Amino acid sequence: MSAETMLAFDTECHLFIPGCGFEAPGLHSFVFEPLFTVGSFEFNKPMLLAFLSTIVVVGFFWVAFGKAKVVPGKLQMVGEAGYDFVRRGLVYDALGKKEGDKYVPFMVSLFFFVWIMNLWSIIPLMAFPVTSVIAFPVALALVVYVTWLFLTFKKQGFVGGLKNISGYDKSLGWVLPLIMVLELLQHLIIRPFTHAVRLFANMFAGHLLILLFTIASWYMLNGIGFVYAGASFVMTLVMTAFELFIQAVQAYVFVLLACNYVQGALAEHH
Amino acid sequence: MNALNLAAEVPENPLVPPIPELVIGLIAFFIVFGFLAKKLLPNINKVLDERRAAIEGGMEKAEAAQAEAQQVLEDYRAQLADARHEAARLRQEAQEQGATLIAEMRAEGQRQREEIIAAGHAQIEADRKQAAQSLRQDVGKLATDLAGKLVGESLEDHARQSRTIDRFLDDIEAKAASDATKAEAGR
Repeated sequence: MSAETMLAFDTECHLFIPGCGFEAPGLHSFVFEPLFTVGSFEFNKPMLLAFLSTIVVVGFFWVAFGKAKVVPGKLQMVGEAGYDFVRRGLVYDALGKKEGDKYVPFMVSLFFFVWIMNLWSIIPLMAFPVTSVIAFPVALALVVYVTWLFLTFKKQGFVGGLKNISGYDKSLGWVLPLIMVLELLQHLIIRPFTHAVRLFANMFAGHLLILLFTIASWYMLNGIGFVYAGASFVMTLVMTAFELFIQAVQAYVFVLLACNYVQGALAEHH
Repeated sequence: MNALNLAAEVPENPLVPPIPELVIGLIAFFIVFGFLAKKLLPNINKVLDERRAAIEGGMEKAEAAQAEAQQVLEDYRAQLADARHEAARLRQEAQEQGATLIAEMRAEGQRQREEIIAAGHAQIEADRKQAAQSLRQDVGKLATDLAGKLVGESLEDHARQSRTIDRFLDDIEAKAASDATKAEAGR
């Protein structure tokens, strides 16, 4: 694999070289050559990173909790802190301890899986947030959506579930049809869409920014341009640090919303 | 292959999810979910419960020990108070007994003293009476004898004789008494 296919821009091109323009990163930066193909199935870098995320999350918790002890080791303590953070900070907060306990494994898996997929963005050599490929957030949002739909009808019954989703409320009078249309649209289409896109867009934009400053640093590294390159590189570092924060926040928000949706499914509509 | 070619490969809307990635994402997630939900989180939950039980058990033990210590302390204090009370009672009793004993002995001494004094007085009085009696007889006899010798005849009239002697002796007694009074007044 050449540097060009790895990096998706012309590494020979620099500032002040005639006929050599700056190639800004774009949508093409998010499309990868397949690493290998099986029939018509193409296995690419984001897929690899998704599976690596699985291995990292399962591996970590395996080591931390596999032989859990009453008196914890260091790794178990870290694992417990993470586990408790999601359990108490997110699930119990939204659903309460009694109702929430059932959904703790799901939310914990979701949080750490999303977070690690985001985290690849700032890991050298990997340097790509898996969630900036829309398919991955959509897959997860879909799981949450199906869970929500299932719980709504299971808990409220068919009619109750429909009422819950459509926001049916007699006291609204003549605006009720309008409200119902809006609520149906909101619950069935907009909410899962924004749930997925919020994560995707944040990671997409973050990666684009890091990419922009990184490529610019390289591009301007010619003669006096190294001053600009330095400024650009500082921005790369700043954006990387910022992304580290955003990755955690987005994972948190994704799971927080999932908890809220589940809570909505379990609660009687008011 | 150059960058332009790469860029040209992107016809798609970035919001349309490619199906293979979607499937891979689902598989990757469910592997995580499976491991965590079936094995690892139940594992840690068990341990967390055990830990809580251990901590609570320890606390209960500590509380029991504390309660016992408190109980022992109270018992000890009660015993101490009892002992003090007993000691005070004994002391009081001893004091009372001592006081009674002293009073009894004092009364006994007093009684004995008075007895002795009374006995002495009685003895003295008896002695005095006896002495006075014998003295009177002796003096009377001596005086009669002496008078008889002087007069030369026996005084026949015994009754008169005894009356005269008595009067004489009474005079002497009265004189002695007045002398004693004078002597006492002079002292």
